[in-house]
Amino acid sequence: MILDSKIPEGPLAEKWEKHKFNVKLVNPANKRKYDIIVVGTGLAGASAAATFGELGYNVKAFCYQDSPRRAHSIAAQGGINAAKNYQNDGDSVFRLFYDTIKGGDYRAREANVYRLAQVSVNIIDQCVAQGVPFAREYGGLLANRSFGGAQVSRTFYARGQTGQQLLLGAYSALNRQIAYGKVKMYPRTEMLDLVMVDGKARGIVTRNLITGKVESHSAHAVVLATGGYGNVFFLSTNAMGSNTTAAWRAHRRGALFANPCYTQIHPTCIPVSGSHQSKLTLMSESLRNDGRVWVPKTIELAKKLQTGELRASDIAEADRDYYLERKYPAFGNLVPRDVASRNAKLVCDEGRGVGASGLAVYLDFADAIKREGLNAISAKYGNLFDMYAKITDENPYESPMRIYPAVHYTMGGLWVDYNLMTNLPGLYATGECNFSDHGANRLGASALMQGLADGYFVIPYTIGDYLAQMPSDKVSTDHPAFKEAEQNVQAITNKLLSINGTRTVDDFHKALGQIMWDYCGMARNAEGLKFAKQEIRKLRAEFWRDVKVIGVNEELNMTLEKAHRVADFLELGELMVDDALNRNESCGGHFREESQTPENEALRDDENYAYVAAWEYAGEGNEPILHKEELKFENVKLTQRSYK
Amino acid sequence: MAGNNPNAKLMNLTLKVWRQKNMNTPGQLVTYPVKNISPDMSFLEMLDVVNEELLVKNEDPIAFDHDCREGICGMCSLFINGRAHGPERGTTTCQLHMRSFRDGDTITIEPWRAAAFPVYKDLIVDRAAFDRIQQAGGYVSVNTGGVPDANEIPIPKTIADKAFDAATCIGCGACVAACKNASAMLFVSAKVSQLAMLPQGKVERKTRVENMVAQMDIEGFGACSNTGACAAECPVGISLENIAFMNREYLTAKATSENVA
Repeated sequence: MILDSKIPEGPLAEKWEKHKFNVKLVNPANKRKYDIIVVGTGLAGASAAATFGELGYNVKAFCYQDSPRRAHSIAAQGGINAAKNYQNDGDSVFRLFYDTIKGGDYRAREANVYRLAQVSVNIIDQCVAQGVPFAREYGGLLANRSFGGAQVSRTFYARGQTGQQLLLGAYSALNRQIAYGKVKMYPRTEMLDLVMVDGKARGIVTRNLITGKVESHSAHAVVLATGGYGNVFFLSTNAMGSNTTAAWRAHRRGALFANPCYTQIHPTCIPVSGSHQSKLTLMSESLRNDGRVWVPKTIELAKKLQTGELRASDIAEADRDYYLERKYPAFGNLVPRDVASRNAKLVCDEGRGVGASGLAVYLDFADAIKREGLNAISAKYGNLFDMYAKITDENPYESPMRIYPAVHYTMGGLWVDYNLMTNLPGLYATGECNFSDHGANRLGASALMQGLADGYFVIPYTIGDYLAQMPSDKVSTDHPAFKEAEQNVQAITNKLLSINGTRTVDDFHKALGQIMWDYCGMARNAEGLKFAKQEIRKLRAEFWRDVKVIGVNEELNMTLEKAHRVADFLELGELMVDDALNRNESCGGHFREESQTPENEALRDDENYAYVAAWEYAGEGNEPILHKEELKFENVKLTQRSYK
Repeated sequence: MAGNNPNAKLMNLTLKVWRQKNMNTPGQLVTYPVKNISPDMSFLEMLDVVNEELLVKNEDPIAFDHDCREGICGMCSLFINGRAHGPERGTTTCQLHMRSFRDGDTITIEPWRAAAFPVYKDLIVDRAAFDRIQQAGGYVSVNTGGVPDANEIPIPKTIADKAFDAATCIGCGACVAACKNASAMLFVSAKVSQLAMLPQGKVERKTRVENMVAQMDIEGFGACSNTGACAAECPVGISLENIAFMNREYLTAKATSENVA
């Protein structure tokens, strides 16, 4: 298989404009003859579904939540990047492009990232026109703040709830199309299989989560906007229901899965408090604008903090190690996420961590409160401070927050070309569900940017190019391919319900998460990865022998829902380990202990690994097949990333 | 320093939980004793523990809605000891922690109770009525593209902040559950106010309020009698002012109506 990224010819800055002119168009009267399925209603899905509806296509949109407004994009806190240069501080499309390529440790496609930076400015205009209440200055114009990995202020925000406000904007646009009858919405519905007819994606099979009814839906194209797979670790900042099932079942039908080992461990999360923990809560990266990260200089002092003998305020200034400011004077506390996370792990591994478990560092606002006053800090971060207090029962205005890295975002995902189409004709992937724009590490405030760029401004053009070249004839859901997929779904469900074993789904999920965190987490090595592969295989075999799923299919059965999802995580986990083992270099969020600089920074191997690893499913029990897409860099020079 | 305290005292509790097989079967409160609950657990983590124990005994786990567990998605929806989202102010059920309860407590857990929110199963209700109200007019009619530069629409900071406060509604339905009339006025008024305050939303302000209120009535939500229970129980602090604002919007729109009958 040859992977054709379909990147247009010509200079970087002109590729997208030219491509938009070259793509074929579906004339307005013909658009109503085409049906498009969109799975997932987060930023990438809701924006695409709404825009397709506005253009005149017939859209069916699906989400597992009870309303499209609850997709997990809603939880994004800090902001959204755009190269508006409203602050006159030297920002430009090229600078946003450059920062994103560099932040991704040179493992993303230049053309995609440049396009992302170009359309970023349109996103802000669109959202403001929808009535999204971004933060403003007293003059009435939009406010900005800075985020990790950048030296300009280009992040637009709505207090600590930017994702919520952007999603509600997209949700409102989607609602308008639902009211017009252009979008038919299917909430509480989960996609469980992809249907291929004559080599093209022509529909999906879903399960109604209230009645259990398995149904087929036919269309001319299918868009997956189903988010990331961070819940493979069990504990992550993802929502409880976030899962890989739609993407994974498409993978089993032939869609390539790219760079699955690229996971982002976010540096500022509330630490684990006990074995009952069901998820981890992020504290926005924006806090690093004003918070200073530190641990005590000595293990002795750290021990006393761990036992509660000393409190943070007892540690003298001279005994504190503001290690990010010390090691990276140019970026300080605003180094990219992978660098901040790895350094937190390093100081904790040295024994200098704080909190009862010793697995935490301080994020201290005392200086900022002294400088700007309590009210100013509260205005900026009030909701985050409140959330922290609710969860930990500690007051962050008085004592520093305790934070530790947690799984947050997955840069890997379904392989797509420049048009966001997977290798399967008619199957698209957008937002976190695809692999395309963040390389090996995503910068803060770039996920919202990518989701909305894909949905509002990229796929509405590129999908037209595909549809214009196919007849508008519909495929009946009586087609054998639909019947086969329905039977496949039913067979998996029946198998899960018939095992009647002794271990719960959550129990398996936790065990998988522990393996992934220990061996495929913040630091990885060949020996550990090989061990993890065997452990995952054993666990998967045990799952299919001993999992306990009770009840029936024809009811609201949350255990069955989870069982489908965990079954897929158990396969994806192994592929992540395979990918991590194959990539014998460190880059961004993927840190191979065998490949580091003398200062413990990630050391890339551009000669051997400047490629996208796209994996093909080879059937149950067979090793996946690796396909490589070489990455060409014509506009940036590959350098060792430095934030010093 | 509870979050930091490995010696926090574990609690034993008695739960009385609404169990209902489906929409067509009557439900009832069922009692479950639970042991060794850490005060650092969230309320939903406590229910996770109960459900794992039920599963091991081959009993159907308690169905409840939840997703982000960060207090923002609005999916969780429990009526705890007679209060929407439990005893803490400004807190969703997922952010409620067991340290808000005491060893030996009996905790009653029910679904939202409202004719417009029928029970699907146990503690899960159907809130699609909220979506339909938003579909009736909770948007600014702009298509993707063809919009002016964002800074061409300057908005005074005070207005932007007020609009933001209204826009933070998470659509959980606590306002309806808390109201003796099961009124959705706080929910509807939050969106009406947000958009009517902003220049982008002013163009359609009349039709919007008329259509959204009409849909609210069709869905069977009750009338507002200004008790303020909704705002008192709202986990994100949506202000009662929004209802007054909407009433003004509605009257103005009706007085000069160009829209609905």
